[in-house]
Amino acid sequence: MRQKKPGKIFLVPYVVWIAIFVVAPIVLVLYYSFLDIDGNFTLSNYVNFFTPVYLKMTFSSFYYAFLITLFCLLIAYPTAYLLTKLKHSRLWLMLIILPTWINLLLKAYAFIGIFGTYGAANAFLQVFGIEPKQILFTDFSFIFVAVYIFIPFMILPIYNALEKMNPTLLDASRDLGASSLRTFQKVIVPLTLDGVKSGVQVVFIPALSLFMLTRLIAGNRVITLGTAIEQHFLVTQDWGMGATIAVFLILAMAIIMFVTKNRKRGY
Amino acid sequence: MSEAIIRFENVSKFYDDTLILDRVSFEIERGKFYTLLGPSGCGKTTILRLIAGFTEATEGKIYFNNQLLNGVPAHQRQVNTVFQDYALFPHLNVYENVAFGLRIKKVKEAEIRAKVKKALEFVNLGGYEDREIEEMSGGQKQRVAIARAIVNEPQIILLDEPLSALDLKLRTEMQYELRELQQSLGITFIFVTHDQEEALAMSDEIFVLNEGQIQQSGTPMDIYDEPINRFVADFIGESNIVPGVMLEDYLVEFNNKKFKCLDAGLNPNEAVEIMIRPEDLEITEPDKGKVKVRVDSQLFRGVHYEICCYDEEGYEWLVHSTKKVAVGDEIGLFFADDAIHVMRFNETEEEFDKRLEAYGEQ
Repeated sequence: MRQKKPGKIFLVPYVVWIAIFVVAPIVLVLYYSFLDIDGNFTLSNYVNFFTPVYLKMTFSSFYYAFLITLFCLLIAYPTAYLLTKLKHSRLWLMLIILPTWINLLLKAYAFIGIFGTYGAANAFLQVFGIEPKQILFTDFSFIFVAVYIFIPFMILPIYNALEKMNPTLLDASRDLGASSLRTFQKVIVPLTLDGVKSGVQVVFIPALSLFMLTRLIAGNRVITLGTAIEQHFLVTQDWGMGATIAVFLILAMAIIMFVTKNRKRGY
Repeated sequence: MSEAIIRFENVSKFYDDTLILDRVSFEIERGKFYTLLGPSGCGKTTILRLIAGFTEATEGKIYFNNQLLNGVPAHQRQVNTVFQDYALFPHLNVYENVAFGLRIKKVKEAEIRAKVKKALEFVNLGGYEDREIEEMSGGQKQRVAIARAIVNEPQIILLDEPLSALDLKLRTEMQYELRELQQSLGITFIFVTHDQEEALAMSDEIFVLNEGQIQQSGTPMDIYDEPINRFVADFIGESNIVPGVMLEDYLVEFNNKKFKCLDAGLNPNEAVEIMIRPEDLEITEPDKGKVKVRVDSQLFRGVHYEICCYDEEGYEWLVHSTKKVAVGDEIGLFFADDAIHVMRFNETEEEFDKRLEAYGEQ
């Protein structure tokens, strides 16, 4: 009993934090989602959400988030694997993490410069005699920059999972007749799956509600749910509709969290 | 020659610039229990990894059934390993761990089921198929690892200090079980350990290694009774080693006295080392013994007293005796002629064997 008392006191800051910054906002979002633009109670926001306009936005949010996550994974997995093989892997990892300390907007503006008509990317292409192209405000630039921003968050959990893996298991697999490819399929992938899931979580969920990049890099050609929320709150002042979209985003995140939940298994 | 399942010919191994194995040659016969014994860093695990294919020899040739094994990838070798940390796959349950090798070979499901069941029963783990690895105790994991190796019916099973993580009681138990297992399966076992008691208890043949070289090979009794040099004598069991001079065949001088012994074939007046096992020493009255010593300390070991004495020249004599003595007393030590074992300096195993054959110690 004595041991329990101080434990409860230490819980207080956490509970207060959660109440103010997690529970209260969600309740408020829910509340606003039932109000129309004049502040009257209504369900019309939810009806509106299922119109083609918003369904299309939802689809494109998921589509782009999926592409971003996929490319992140395709690049991050081999990178993380290579990192574990390097001599000073901690240092290399540090260098990969370093850009995440720089503000996202700064990085976005930097890419506007690089991808612009007279930017470094086009100058580089001209060396090979290729005419300047429209790079900025395309799907390519949007996904490229998003992948660039998210990739450290994908590498980290995969790297940790690979690091945690007992290297003797690879010997054991080879010993039992598995080629390198089979070892990868049957041992390395299953044992790093939890890391991959964590990576997918931290990339896919924020990617769903990207909005600054959609404007700065994709030039509002890509309209995701994040953009829509921003527009409703700041431009059309339809807080109710914005909140409704947020409710669906929160639901989507909850589902993704549940699907990618790590099953408990010891090492 | 044809019986040799594994043959090493002048195999050397460097890691970076460090010499781990120094031109090692030996043969391993089918169906026996071999032990590679030596202190850590002697190269015993490297030999195992060379056979398994986890590492390649820098120099020399390794043959498997008279076919060159160098360069054959690990997954194509007909050997299986039981690892020190078991290396069981944590994402698979007991059944799938044991079935791993069979699944890789695309064996039919019904056959897998029958073989896994049999293998698990062999190691007394029938009914544990659905357990997760983390639910198993150390001894049980050990058995799963063995089952995972034997289920593939390899020609050789390599065991890399598999008992070192177990507590003493369980370790002794597993020693019996492994020995029985090897005899009933008839598969060649190559067992790596630094525990000399384990090696003596389980093996048909022991290779004693030190600093990348095989010091001596032979049956446990050969190695215990006729160690070739100071290292082997010291490493296997307890021993008393004093300097002596071989006066002529069957006559040796040490402790300023002449003793009859059973060794021969040395040069007259050659400097040698004399080794006598502590359990071959018998405590008597000071004047009745062959060596006079003073008791320095005494430890009760359960089965016997371990008595540490010094002779007049300051050499230490360790005695195992069921009789208790008083510390500080002067006692005599008696031993039979055949308890004296003469060791030459820098004698190779080949020369040693030749000498023994020529003079046939009985």
